[in-house]
Amino acid sequence: MWMGDYKLINLLGLMIQTIFIQNILLSYFLGMCSYLACSNRVKTANGLGMAVTVVLVGAGTINWFVHTFITAKGALSWLSFFGINGSGIDLSFLELIVFISVIAAFVQVLEIIIERFSPALYHALGMFLPLITVNCAILGGVLFGITREYPCIPIIVFSLGSGLGWWLAIALIAAIREKLTYSHIPRGLNGMGITFIMTGLMAMAFMGLLGINLAYPTGQEPQILEESTPPAKEPLSLS
Amino acid sequence: MNKKLPLSEYFLDPLWKNNQILVAILGICSALAVTTTLSTAITMGISVSLVTAFSCYFVSLLRKFTPDSVRMITQLAVISSFVIIVDQFLRAYFFTISKTLSVFVGLIITNCIVMGRTESMARNVPPIPAFLDGLSAGLGYGIVLVLVGALREFFGFGQLFNVQLIPNSWYATAEHPQRFQNLGIMVLAPAAFFIIGIFIWIANLISKPEKPA
Repeated sequence: MWMGDYKLINLLGLMIQTIFIQNILLSYFLGMCSYLACSNRVKTANGLGMAVTVVLVGAGTINWFVHTFITAKGALSWLSFFGINGSGIDLSFLELIVFISVIAAFVQVLEIIIERFSPALYHALGMFLPLITVNCAILGGVLFGITREYPCIPIIVFSLGSGLGWWLAIALIAAIREKLTYSHIPRGLNGMGITFIMTGLMAMAFMGLLGINLAYPTGQEPQILEESTPPAKEPLSLS
Repeated sequence: MNKKLPLSEYFLDPLWKNNQILVAILGICSALAVTTTLSTAITMGISVSLVTAFSCYFVSLLRKFTPDSVRMITQLAVISSFVIIVDQFLRAYFFTISKTLSVFVGLIITNCIVMGRTESMARNVPPIPAFLDGLSAGLGYGIVLVLVGALREFFGFGQLFNVQLIPNSWYATAEHPQRFQNLGIMVLAPAAFFIIGIFIWIANLISKPEKPA
């Protein structure tokens, strides 16, 4: 339950996989909205990236516990300790609403704590924190982690890697966009259009690592259920 | 928003002039991720339209009773209820598509379009205009999704709706290596960025021709 079949080396592999190979933004397109809206300056991008990483790790871990002990099928069997038979209860239809509430609550609590203990950090992160509740990278990262049924420690590593990958992507595009300000861009393409095309080029660069599979415990066949295309007609393997 | 606007205005405005993807640049995550095939794109378009429309309707009904401080969480609760309905429905009747969409159905909750419409429109207008506004915001999103999905499926697989459109005899074989091959990149991430980028370019050129950028 804590480590599953994972060994330390697998955790390292999972980390590299989530940062570079299956970058949450460049290959799963999560968190695009704030990525596009807040990538004008490197400083802002760094603040947001840091906030996303922190929230993703926290929310991912909490939601894993919620999933394992409350909402998964048969997860309530610990109630038998109190003499209640809960092993037949399946609350998984409630997961979406519970997860988003946990994320919102976590963000609120984090905001209060940071404001109380570190005003400097609060000023750096403060205005981004409310935005993060509706950042799909958070909910998406949590849902991916739950769908793939990672054990506890791997899901912390997975969340951390996803957050760092998102941070990396937004920092890169912010740097590129700062330079782009001084370029001559065709009319109409200026602004969002060129940002999309730059992101596409970045995604191509990251795709160079495609096919390397580090994220699975040694000897286990990778089982990806959440592929975005039916595997039968797929010419190239995405994972 | 004043109340003099005719209802049709609420419906038509987000379809093109304020198209959520091309003009407001919202809801990009799912627009990129679910468009590898046409059928997933259509499913996603319909789901988002329904969720946006009904969420807007109910947020608008509740607008007089919702204190400002808790409005975000109220909206999230309304939205996620509808997303759960859609998710369960897809799982029950369209299991293969729901499996392909996987987490992206759940991610409608954080789809910026839904949030954007409830926050900017539904909070201020009566239920019926809010409903129309949400519906057409979702439809405008769906149309772009369908276009992108059609392009990607046609060039990536030579198919539409899983029906082979490019004849198999056109494809390159060992004897005729110079013939047509599917564009593998269309299936992968970068193509989605390029296509949407070019769509935004075209939309900009059409909608504001006189304004130098």
